[in-house]
Amino acid sequence: MNRKALNNFWDKLFKLLGITSISFGLLVLLALIIDVIIDGYPRITLNFFKSFPSRKPEMAGILSAWVGTIWIMVITALISIPIGIGAGIYLEEYAPKNKFTNFIEINIANLAGVPSVIYGLLGLGFFVRYMNLDRSVLAGGLTLALLVLPVIILSTREALRAIPSSIREASYALGATKWQTIRNQLLPAAIGNILTGIILAMSRAMGETAPLITVGALTYIAFLPQNPVIIKDSFPFMGISFQGLFDPFTVLPIQIYNWVSRPQKGFITDAAAGIMVLLILTLIMNSIAIFLRYQNQKRVRW
Amino acid sequence: MAKNILETQDLKAYFGNKQILKGINLAFLSNTVTAIIGPSGCGKSTFIRSINRINDLIPNFRIEGNIIFNDQDIHDKNVDEVDLRRKVGMVFQRPNPFPKSIYDNIAYGFNIYGIKDKYTIDAAVENSLKKVALWEEVKNNLSQNALTLSGGQQQRLCFARALAIEPEVLLLDEPCSAIDPISTAKIEELIHQLKKNYTIIIVTHNMQQAARVSDYTAFFLLGELIEFGKTDGIFTAPKDKRTEAYITGRFG
Repeated sequence: MNRKALNNFWDKLFKLLGITSISFGLLVLLALIIDVIIDGYPRITLNFFKSFPSRKPEMAGILSAWVGTIWIMVITALISIPIGIGAGIYLEEYAPKNKFTNFIEINIANLAGVPSVIYGLLGLGFFVRYMNLDRSVLAGGLTLALLVLPVIILSTREALRAIPSSIREASYALGATKWQTIRNQLLPAAIGNILTGIILAMSRAMGETAPLITVGALTYIAFLPQNPVIIKDSFPFMGISFQGLFDPFTVLPIQIYNWVSRPQKGFITDAAAGIMVLLILTLIMNSIAIFLRYQNQKRVRW
Repeated sequence: MAKNILETQDLKAYFGNKQILKGINLAFLSNTVTAIIGPSGCGKSTFIRSINRINDLIPNFRIEGNIIFNDQDIHDKNVDEVDLRRKVGMVFQRPNPFPKSIYDNIAYGFNIYGIKDKYTIDAAVENSLKKVALWEEVKNNLSQNALTLSGGQQQRLCFARALAIEPEVLLLDEPCSAIDPISTAKIEELIHQLKKNYTIIIVTHNMQQAARVSDYTAFFLLGELIEFGKTDGIFTAPKDKRTEAYITGRFG
């Protein structure tokens, strides 16, 4: 074989290897999804969303689980997004670059890689026991907020760092203050990437089971946290209650985990249906992230 | 009678331990154009970036000596650098419009100053775009994203943005190095006109440009001011051998 033919051979071989690896990955994923759909599809009915868990598989539903998931996600978002973006802006734009901030930076990157169950233990020790929040929605939301916080800080910093320094200089040269520059130039330019990071972090948090089990989320729960909006008979006809924050809860992945561990065959169907719901939610969130990233790339290019 | 609007006294600048400027004494007359020439790394950019204190944003940057603007030291603690930068405008090497509309690019200088009056801003947008001869090209597309303009148009927009807030001094850091010859010609024409109302300091690598646009020329080498004088004099009869070597193209 001459040199050209040999090169050609290696080229083709590598291409083949590449195709094999990607098809392996895709096929395994596809097989899993199809399996789940076949198992779970019959249970996807309106009743499934409207029912509490039950001892009878055909009666069981995910009402408490999806409501719990929404509660937890909202609390997690409300706490982690402002703190995360604030910390990211401070570290990137205000903090002096010295050994101490360097040390903080390294530790935030490390925290992003700490196993989630460790956060669960922290949540149990601090929020549940020390702060006496018990096994409440608030304790769960705070724990997950801690879990996603490093990811949000990191993505905020990356998004800010991707903005060329010429934009900062242009703003300062016109007599803008630091905050005006951040508020008017940096944040609008970075927000697409920041949001993408936040949504990906949230969709990861939505699937987390271990920290919430550690915190003490219940696996069987036949009531919902107190609705924050209370309808009244008299003026102003509506009130807001924070009582729900202190109620016990469960979330989708925990409900699924619970069903999978049951011996009855019917619960496997329930679990598969639950997985479908969780998968679709994750898919929707990731699509929003991809859409935002795409929009951002279209709008801002330097 | 023209007066020194700006003066540097024994200006030394450092990045960390590295000394970039080694004691520069220069004075700038109001309503003149001064060109600063010199080979790469001689401190030209550091010098003009010190005048509006934009270098102060860089960690490890340190300055010694005085910069006197309108009889006041710009590092005096009574001087607000934000205020200083409104009076000492700057156009950078590469066009750096904000990723916003053409209109918003110019209006930004007013927004951050708390000026909200639409008529004031509209008038300023039109006037400054006319000054830089961009008005005819963009008047129907003011809401278009500035990044869709060509490089030369973007740079003229950056001029318009700097002019709109009516500074007293305009610092130009190689404003033509990233754009085409036709846009360069337009910008040189613009500099000629602006001289009536502004004091201009231009850093350039292009000797012909320095000769064409400036009244005074300063030659920098390795952080030192080698020669300063009327542009005619510097280019026809330089006093220093190193200046002569540089402008005749023997090094640099």
